[in-house]
Parts: sequence; C-alpha cells; structure tokens
Amino acid sequence: MADTLLDIRGLNVRFSTPTGDVHAVKGIDLQVNKGETLAIVGESGSGKSQTMMAIMGLLAANGRAEGSAKFQGQEMIGLPIGKLNRIRGAKITMIFQEPMTSLDPLYKIGKQLAEPMRRHRGLSAKAARARAIDLLKLVKIPDPERRVDSYPYEMSGGQRQRVMIAMALANDPELLIADEPTTALDVTIQAQILELLVELKQRIGLAIVFISHDLGIVRRFADRVAVMRTGEVVETGTVADIFANPQHPYTKMLLAAEPTGRKAPPADNAPILLEGRDVDVRFSMGGGFMGGKKLDIHAVDHVDIRLKEGQTIGIVGESGSGKSTLGRALLRLNHGTGAIRFGTDDISEASRQEMRRHRRQMQLVFQDPFGSLSPRMTAGQIVTEGLLVHEPQLSKSDRDVRAIKAFLEVGLDPATRNRYPHEFSGGQRQRIAIARAIILKPQVVVLDEPTSALDRSVQKQIVELLRDLQAKHDLSYLFISHDLAVVRALSDYIIVMKSGKIVEEGSTDQIFDAPRESYTRELMAAAFGK
Amino acid sequence: MLRFVLRRLMSALPTIFIVVTLSFFLMRVAPGGPFNLERPLEPQTLENLKRAFLLDQPLVVQYGHYLWNLLHGDLGPSFIYRDFTVAELIAKSLPYSMTLGAWALLVAVLGGIAIGSYAALRQNSFVDYAVMSIASFGITVPNFVLAPILSFVFAVVLHWLPAGGWGDGGPRNLLLPVISLALPQLAVFARITRGSMIETLRADHIRTARAYGLPTRVVVVVHAMRAALVPAVSYLGPVAAAVLTGSVVVETVYGLPGVGRYFVLGALNRDYTLVMGTVVLISVFIVVFNLLVDILYAVLDPRVRYE
Repeated sequence: MADTLLDIRGLNVRFSTPTGDVHAVKGIDLQVNKGETLAIVGESGSGKSQTMMAIMGLLAANGRAEGSAKFQGQEMIGLPIGKLNRIRGAKITMIFQEPMTSLDPLYKIGKQLAEPMRRHRGLSAKAARARAIDLLKLVKIPDPERRVDSYPYEMSGGQRQRVMIAMALANDPELLIADEPTTALDVTIQAQILELLVELKQRIGLAIVFISHDLGIVRRFADRVAVMRTGEVVETGTVADIFANPQHPYTKMLLAAEPTGRKAPPADNAPILLEGRDVDVRFSMGGGFMGGKKLDIHAVDHVDIRLKEGQTIGIVGESGSGKSTLGRALLRLNHGTGAIRFGTDDISEASRQEMRRHRRQMQLVFQDPFGSLSPRMTAGQIVTEGLLVHEPQLSKSDRDVRAIKAFLEVGLDPATRNRYPHEFSGGQRQRIAIARAIILKPQVVVLDEPTSALDRSVQKQIVELLRDLQAKHDLSYLFISHDLAVVRALSDYIIVMKSGKIVEEGSTDQIFDAPRESYTRELMAAAFGK
Repeated sequence: MLRFVLRRLMSALPTIFIVVTLSFFLMRVAPGGPFNLERPLEPQTLENLKRAFLLDQPLVVQYGHYLWNLLHGDLGPSFIYRDFTVAELIAKSLPYSMTLGAWALLVAVLGGIAIGSYAALRQNSFVDYAVMSIASFGITVPNFVLAPILSFVFAVVLHWLPAGGWGDGGPRNLLLPVISLALPQLAVFARITRGSMIETLRADHIRTARAYGLPTRVVVVVHAMRAALVPAVSYLGPVAAAVLTGSVVVETVYGLPGVGRYFVLGALNRDYTLVMGTVVLISVFIVVFNLLVDILYAVLDPRVRYE
C-alpha cells in the first residue's frame, strides 16, 4: 500500500437545525495516498463537501464533526484553531466551487496571493509579490506583472479560478482539495481549468481530492473514485474498475444517468410556428441623466430562426452568448427589433393587450427552480395562476381539477398541491414550473436551461418528462442550454451561438457528428473529452 | 473623481433651493410674526420695524430679496437679536455644536462598530442578546427622556458632574451631553454593523481566508470589517449632518449655547431669518456629508468608481 497522506476513520458530521439534527456524514472511512487524485462523487446533499469542510475546520456554526481524520499522522478533528491554522493554507489548501465570490472583492489579487505566503513562510512583502507573479505565470494568467494589481471584479470567472489555484499552490501543499472547481464555469473554460490542474499535478506531484457530481470529468481526471450517497461511501475503487464494473446499484444508476435518446425531426412540410427574422437586441448599461459612460451590449446580433410545429430547436452557447435573450425576444419579453411571426400572425409590433391573446400559447420555463416560484403561494396556486388570466370563467373547483390533472401529468403527487415551494426538491420544483406552463395548453415552450441546476439523475427524469409531454401535446420547444448532452437527447435541430451571432446551425446529427466550425468543435471537445 | 464631486455639488443646488423655498413659505404660513409680543408694540414702532425688515413688502418681494442676499452669502439680520446678523449668531454657536457633535459622533461610530462586530462574532450567544437588548433600549429611549434622567442622576443626586452649562468645555461639562447625543446613534450603528457583519462572515471569501490559515483576528479585521462597514457608512452621512449642526433637545436640556438652541428660539419667536439660516446650514451639511460618504464608499470598495 502506498503512503497514506490523509486517513479518515469513522467520520461523522451533524448539523443541529430547529427541526432536529441532520446527520450529513455517517461514519465514513476514506484514505488519500501521496500524489494520487481521489475523486469523491455524489449528488447534492451526499455529504461529499461536508466531509472535507469538517477536516478543514470550515463547518458552519451549527455543524460538528466526530471521529478521526489524520493528516500525516496529525489528528485534524478537534484540533485547536491555532494549530489548525498552521496546516490549512500551508499543507492542505482548497479551491472552491464559486470562483466569482471566493476571492475578497476589496483587495488586489496580489495581496490575497501574498497573504498566506507571508503568514506561513514569513516571506517579505516584496518576495511574496515576486512569487505571486510567478504563480500567476504558472496558472497562465496573461500579463502577470500587471494583473497582480487587478481586483477580482476585473477578472473573468475562469481567471479568478486560476488565481484560486495559484493561491492553493503558493505554499507547496501536500494535498489540494478541489470542491467542484469547474461547476460554475462555461464548458470551454472548464476544460482549460481541468487541463491546468492535470498539468500542475504532474509537475508538482501533490495529492488532490476532487469533489464532483460530474462523472465525465472524474473519468478523465482521477486515479480513484469514492461514490457517496446520503452521507455514506457506497463504493470505492480505481477509475477503471468503477466505470467498467460498478458494484453498487447507486453507482450503476449514476453511470446510466447520462441522458440518452434522440428526437426525430418533424415532417418537412410541417408548418412554421414561430419565426424570427433579423432579430436584434441591444442593451445599454450605465449612463443616466447625470452623464457617465454608457456601455452598449449587442446581445443578439441579427439572428434568423424558424421553429416548426413539433420541432425542438436546441440553442447552445456559453454564458453571455445571447441565447436566453434570443428566447425572450421571440416571446416579445424584451425590447428587441426584427420581424416575429407566431403562426400566421405578425407579432413584431403587437401591443401588450394583443400579446395577451398569444401568451397562453407561448410559455417559458426558467433555469432556477428555487427563484422562479413564489415562496408565498402553494404549488397548486402557482400552477393554476395562469388560468386566472386566460380562463377566468373557471370556478375554484374547476381550477383544482385542472391542477390535479397537471400534477399527474408531470409526475407529482396531486396531494402535495397545497404545499409551498420550499417543501419540494429541486427536481420537483422544476416539475411544478413545467406544470405551470403546460396547464395552459401552449404550442411553444421556451425552456431556458431547465435542467442545469439539477443533479444528473434528476436531469434525466426531467428530460424524459419533457419528451413525453411533447409527444402527448404536440409541443414545440426552444431548448436553451449549455449542456450539450441534454441538448443532444432532446433536440432535432441545433443553433450554436457566440457573442450574439449564430456560429453554426443544422440537424442534431450533423452538428454533433460533423461540426464545421472550429468553435463548435471546441465546445464538443470540452463537453465530451477528446 | 473631481468631476464627480463638482457634478454632485452642482446637483445639490436645486435641492437646497427647494428646501429654502419650502421653509421660507412654511415659516410665513405659521401664525404670528416676530413682533407679536405679549405686550403689543406701539403701532408706529411696529410700522418702523416692519419697514426696516421689509415685512411691509409683498411676500414674493421678500422672498426674492432673501434669495438674492442668500446668493451673496448674506443670511440677513436676526429679527430678535437685533444687534447680530444670522451669520454672526451661527458663527458664534456652531463651534459649540460641532465640538459636542464631533465627540458624540466619534463615540457613536467607534462604539457602535465595536459593539456590533463583537455581537456578530458571538451571534446568538448570551453576550449577543445582552448587547443587542441594550442597543434596542438605546434606540427606543428618546434623548429628551435620557438627557434629563442622566442630568438628574449624575448631577442632582450624585453631584458628580455639573447639571448643565458649557463651563470650560472640558470633559466634566461635555460627558453627559455627549452620552445623551451619542447613545441612540451608537445603538443604531451597533445594530447595522452586527447585521452586515453576520452576513459578511458567511461570505465565500471569508471561508477562503479561513481555509488559508489566516488567524481569526486577521479574518475579521482585514477581510470582514471592511465589507461590513459599507451599510454603516451610508447611515453616517445624514447622522453626521444632524449631530454636528446641533441637537435641539440636548443643547436645551443642558443649557449649551449651540445652534440647536438658536433654532428652537428662532422658531418660537418667529425669527424668520434665524430659522432660515439654520435650515440652510443643515441642508449644506447634509449635502456635504452625503458627498463625503460617497467618497468614502469608493475608498472602502474599489468596485465603486465615479466618473
């Protein structure tokens, strides 16, 4: 057996809450060896992050850890903060899921990089700054001599994550804990960050604990995998073993959770349902009557799009590519220009009153299943709210009957319709949002990243639900997503967008099997590995 | 930045103009006038006084006259203290108010931030609850209740401190007025700081600082405090203007010769120009302190940039 660096035995983490204790990590055993990459895989709430937070002494105030976690023979659980502070940031370092907020917004990155070096190694301000510049070079930040004096807000998410990695490497740690380091980043950036981690690991030879929900990434990156579920480690093994020969049913389920299936295109003579010609949306930021500089953003740049009856168009692109803005412009929900037709009607100039007639046929489902449902209404009220506007003649009991039907259709227990959104899981909430859309019997549904905030296994169920509903009600979808696996499973036609323009479009098979543009190929490579 | 400051000062002029106009006419709507005394004046004397102070002219003419003088920096003569101009009265009393106010502000800001941060670090502990209950008490008890009680206990009963008067302006004379003036504001600062500190301590970048082995002291003072101060700073602007231009209640209770007292006497005696003068003074202070607060924002948070 190789040298054990971190030895976790019988680790428990509990959180006290007003409704009783939550047992987040249930007596797990785990070992991390010198120089290896251990991936801890699990869905949200599996306890994978809290295990590492406990070792680092970073549990929330209501959390407590029991058991043992020895790092190089030193017991970490219950270690006084003074001694703990000599290990964390020096021998064990960490990078986090939230690159946008993990750096202090008020200090230059050079100072933040220097701080742990000065603290742990007693470097002078000048020496620390010089090393900070070297580190920025190491993580491939262009122009490091200048960037060392940048504030975090002046950098992109990917760059901030590189800065975090530089900070993690500053004191030559033995162990790096990477807690979902790429989840919040666009796929192409994600690939770059992972490449950087792989390269650095080979050069520096440190051990990495890589916490992730994404098996695709783990496969390319880790030596060993530990699968966690509801606070327990259900299976550990080498990457090859886990992927080729999973033992535990949960691991098998996770592996099978990649969305599958294809959608057949509609008939060639299917009528066009929603058409946008020369759609153009610009936003101005800043300015105002007191003057100040205005920033113009060309979010959608003269785009043409035609959605046929029964068709699903997948619109893919990275954040800021204008895909959501395009979806909204087609529903006349922002101030875009261009000719928009719905069925036989030109709705480009339709007033609010005129649009109301069409609204029920054009529904929208949002990405955030937590923010898009009113916390003060019951699920039943949320789902039937649209009926109040579009079918005002219905009585309360009529609406209730419709709510029960809609709940059944999206696979929710109708008995739960009197509960409030916070009592539902993320996947269930997204079902509520879908029920709210389809109860109005729409023709077009714009799905704006409806699965992005969900765990893979839940994602798969939502994909299947959307597919069933489409077949049953002859729906047409505009499916906006950065997740190519989901897009491939649901769409028959794909539009790739970048900086407000269409880079490439075509049938799903053509885009995935024979992409013509280099940007499309780059997206594919980042999403599916080489 | 300089352009920003100039633009802000320019945009303050309409505000001050509106304040001046409103208070000018509101004062005149109030019944009575500066020369309605308990023992009425001789009609001829009254006539002469009115002519001397332009009160015999139509209101619009008086208003135009006042504005014209104001533009030249002339606040006019006091109607009641007839040997002084309003500017002289303010110049005489403002130093007292500002000395008192500056001490009170210092106590309120430093004390409030220290107490609020301490409570935040021990959130939901006994200390936190105790400190915050006292703070709530400080906010609820108005200073026209607090000031006489302090004066009664420490001066009348215990004879430790004088009951009022400026004296030599030393600690013995200032202690009670400063406490009376500072305590309610200190309580507000403590509450604001506690709230924002609790929020900041949960921020991701605080977790980063802790994960990198920085001692709690550094995490709190360097990384949390600066971000947590922003809400307290926004409250600082209006409070500083209010406290520095004299407290009506505290100056009256302790018999201090500050601006606040003249404001009350002016209002009671319908000394139109004196009230207008203090109103102008306070609005200028508010404008200036809000501007200082905006500049302080930019110092605290590099993301704030003014064009």
